[in-house]
Parts: sequence; structure tokens; C-alpha cells
Amino acid sequence: MATEQSGSTYYLPELLPASPTPDGRDREFWEALKRHQIVVQRCNACGTLQMEPEWLCHKCLSFDRGWKEVAGKGRIYSWVRIWHPVPAKLKEICPFVVVLVELPDADNLRIAGNLLGDPQREVEIGAPVEAAFEDHKEKGYTLLQWRLVR
Amino acid sequence: MEQNTIKDKAAIVGVGESKYYKRGGSPVSEFGLACQAIINAAEDAGIKVTEIDGLASFAMEANEPSRLAGGLGLPELNFCNMAWTGGGGVAAAVANAAAAVVCGYAKYVAVFRALAQGQTFRFGQGTTGPGMAGLMGFTVPYGLTTPAQKIAMRVRRFMHEHKITQDALAAVSMASYHHAQFNPRAVMYGRPLTREAYDQSRWIVEPFHLFDCCMENDGASAVIVTTAERARDLKQKPAYIMAAAQGSDYRDIHDSENVPAFASSNYKHLSRRLYEMAGIEPEDVDVVQSYDHFSGGVVITLAEHGFCAADELMEFCTLDNLTWPNGKLPLNTAGGNLAECYVIGMQLVNEAARQVRGDATCQVKDAEISMMISGSVTTPASNLILHR
Repeated sequence: MATEQSGSTYYLPELLPASPTPDGRDREFWEALKRHQIVVQRCNACGTLQMEPEWLCHKCLSFDRGWKEVAGKGRIYSWVRIWHPVPAKLKEICPFVVVLVELPDADNLRIAGNLLGDPQREVEIGAPVEAAFEDHKEKGYTLLQWRLVR
Repeated sequence: MEQNTIKDKAAIVGVGESKYYKRGGSPVSEFGLACQAIINAAEDAGIKVTEIDGLASFAMEANEPSRLAGGLGLPELNFCNMAWTGGGGVAAAVANAAAAVVCGYAKYVAVFRALAQGQTFRFGQGTTGPGMAGLMGFTVPYGLTTPAQKIAMRVRRFMHEHKITQDALAAVSMASYHHAQFNPRAVMYGRPLTREAYDQSRWIVEPFHLFDCCMENDGASAVIVTTAERARDLKQKPAYIMAAAQGSDYRDIHDSENVPAFASSNYKHLSRRLYEMAGIEPEDVDVVQSYDHFSGGVVITLAEHGFCAADELMEFCTLDNLTWPNGKLPLNTAGGNLAECYVIGMQLVNEAARQVRGDATCQVKDAEISMMISGSVTTPASNLILHR
């Protein structure tokens, strides 16, 4: 099962690479994670925050995009515990937990990640969580994970 | 004020299917299954296969129209059309066929879907390759890769907001299995499901047990659509298309985790448009087929079609209410995706038509109005209403 074991700093085995969209619309988000920063798209024209990133602002239709750094603090908005391994190579690690976290610092936009710690614990919607950055240095990307605030 | 709509201008006049198999069980190819379903639908309608001059499908159907028209020896192909999306496109494909016959592009359109997941791509295997599309990049690295997992995330939030327990999901699953026991075509015919077996089945992804998830099958289903005028002279009682709608809610972007109405099944405005076109209310619907790839999506969908309020679901969504012959709203009366066959929901149209014709295996007494809903926590979605 998935735990933070000594010797392995990854929650899941490195089967599933983080993969910025080929057209590049979310590159800044993934680049920021490597610096251990969370950014969301912010429209330079009207200030609307937006996730997931898109080439234009859905409010004012401006293509002038900027980015806002937001605090790594959030609340669990929803969650699932995965028991059936897909791909099958995840069999060793199941069950594991994926949370959807809303970010009060970013108009409650949501980002998915794993909930670190005991995968069989009870998970509560609304529970406060804080960001943990999982560097995959050899592959050149960083994942955004979450742990419960004690 | 008179609306200019498709209402009552077209009808389903024939239904057909291949034999339904467990995944990998079909002795013929997916293309062969598609042809068999179309041939059977034409025979049921009492028309010659060669009278079919249009083909409509959805969900990136792989058997393309020129090969089908060639294989079936159609003298003329006058209309071929694919609705965007996956399981949300079933009713939309029927609606496109109806529009085609009413506008005069074609006379008899076969709406069909074939699927042999034993031969091709398995949806349940997720999206993990290097060519992974768009927004999946935000979830796949965390192991959120399959439709079951992504929909579970939305259903979990809905359960939290409306105090829904596992009982409602179990009722949807058990209703499908109950109805499949009367349907010899169903893959799960002869395989009843008890609540104990449901509870003891393994988790796929909480809150979905194994029996909350549809099967993987080999099969094909088809219906023939023509104008109401032609329908009157054919062999079967017509199932008139009373209303149809397709679309998405505001910023309900496929695979996005930032859909504003996240704890939703995506029908809030579609159901309103559907009822307005039909000129009926939810209580006028006698029987419903609702796309059940995952039971939890159906629970939300029933509320979003006005059969009860979201906060009343625990009273409404019970096995007694959802099952033939005595339930208030018999649901998935041939067994649905969960227990008849998973043909991405096309088989639900066949059943919706049979109910208003009067020859369904779990025939709802005096059924006049039958609803078919495709999708459910997918987008774009679609839905339709048939009447006798």
C-alpha cells in the first residue's frame, strides 16, 4: 500500500509522468512547481483567475495571460480511494488516495493530488491540507502533493 | 406560441441488436456486430436493408460509414453523421437522424453503435500513455486515470452535499440486475444480484463497488429512424420522438476538475429544454433508461431530471421505486449498461422504444412516455423522450 516509506520519496511509483499539455498552455504551472511554487492563470486584462489554464480568459476573452502565485494551503473538496489498479503495475501500491483540493487563496479553484500518509485512514471533506512538493529530478518534473494540517 | 422543433415529426420504427457477449466472447468482428444489428433493425422495421440511406453514430464509432454502406450494399448513402463525445452522445445521434429525415437529407437512417472491447481499446484501462490528452495531465500523475475514478470524485462530492449513502447506489445497480433476469438477451440473465453480494463485492474506487461499474462487452445495437408520415405505414407501432436535447452546462469542460457545478450530472439546463420541447412534466414519464456506466451518476441524473429533489433522493432512489412491475419509476428495464450489455448506451434506446411499442421484456403497463438519458457526469450529454 501507498505510504511515505523511508528510502522512497514518491507516493506512487514513477509510472505516470507529469505531462504538460503539448500545446504549452499550462507550461508555467508545471515550471512553477519545479520552483516549489503554485501558480494559477490570472488574466492581465480583468484579473480573473482560471484553472486549468487555457489560451484565453473565459470572462473577458483576453489572450493576455499572466500568473498569480498562491499559498500552498487548501481544503479537501472531494476524494477517492483507489483499489483497482490501473495501470496493473499499481497493484502493489493499492489502495491509495487522490484528493481534490480547493484553494481559498485562488477563488477556490481546485487541483488534484495524492493525500500523503496512511491510505486507509478516514478522509473528511473540508479538512485543511498543505502542499508538499515531490521532486522527480531525473525526469525533470515536480508533483504537487498534500498532507493534512495537524 | 408554436415552437419550431422536431417534436412528433420523426419516429423510431425498428430496433435490432447483435447477440450480446462478455468481453472477448464475440466470434465475429466489431464490424460484423454492427452490420448484424443494423440488419436486424431493418428486419424489425419491415424495410429492406437497401432502403437505409443514412447512418448516424456517436462516441467516435470506429466502423466508418462508407465501409458499412459498402458492406451492407446500400445503393445510396445520403447522410452520415457522428455526434461528438462518448456515452453522452447516444440520444444526440438519434436526434441527428431525426433532423436528417425531417429535413429530407435521407429517408431511413440507421442509428447504431458497436463495441467489442475484447478486440480494441478498453476504456477501463485508463489514459496513461505519452500521448495523454489535455487535462488528463493534471490527474494521471496522481493515479487518477479512468472514467470510474474521475466520476467517483464528482459523485463523492454530491453524496457529501446531499447526504446520500451507499443504499442509493446499490438500488440503481440492483434495479438493473433485477430487470436483466427477465431479459434473455442480457449478459447477466440468470445472474441475480443480492444486496449481500453487492456489499461484499470488492471496491473498484470508493464509493464504487464492482457492481456499481458497467461491464465490458462485445455487442452492437441499432434503431431505424424515419419521418412520422412514413412510420405510420410500417410494420411496428412507431415510437415517436417527442423531444431531444444535447449540450453542456456552463464551463462543464471534459476532464476538468474546475467545473463550476462539480457535484452535478450535467443535465440542469438540458432537462429543462427537453421537458419544454415535449410539453410534459417529470410525473408524465412512465419509464426511464438512464446511462449507467456508474451507478452514482444515475442517482444524480434522476434528481436533475426532476423525478425528485436532490435532498429527497434517499427516499426516492430505492429498489422498490426503481423496479418493474410496481415501482414508481422503473429504471433501466432491460438491464442497462450494468447488466444487459455495455454498448455505450445505444441498447438503452432500443429498450426505450420497446417500452412505448409495448413489447419490452419488463413491459411497464400502458407505458405511453419513455425517456432515454445518455451520459451522466459526462459532457456534452443528451437525452430524448419517446411516446407511443
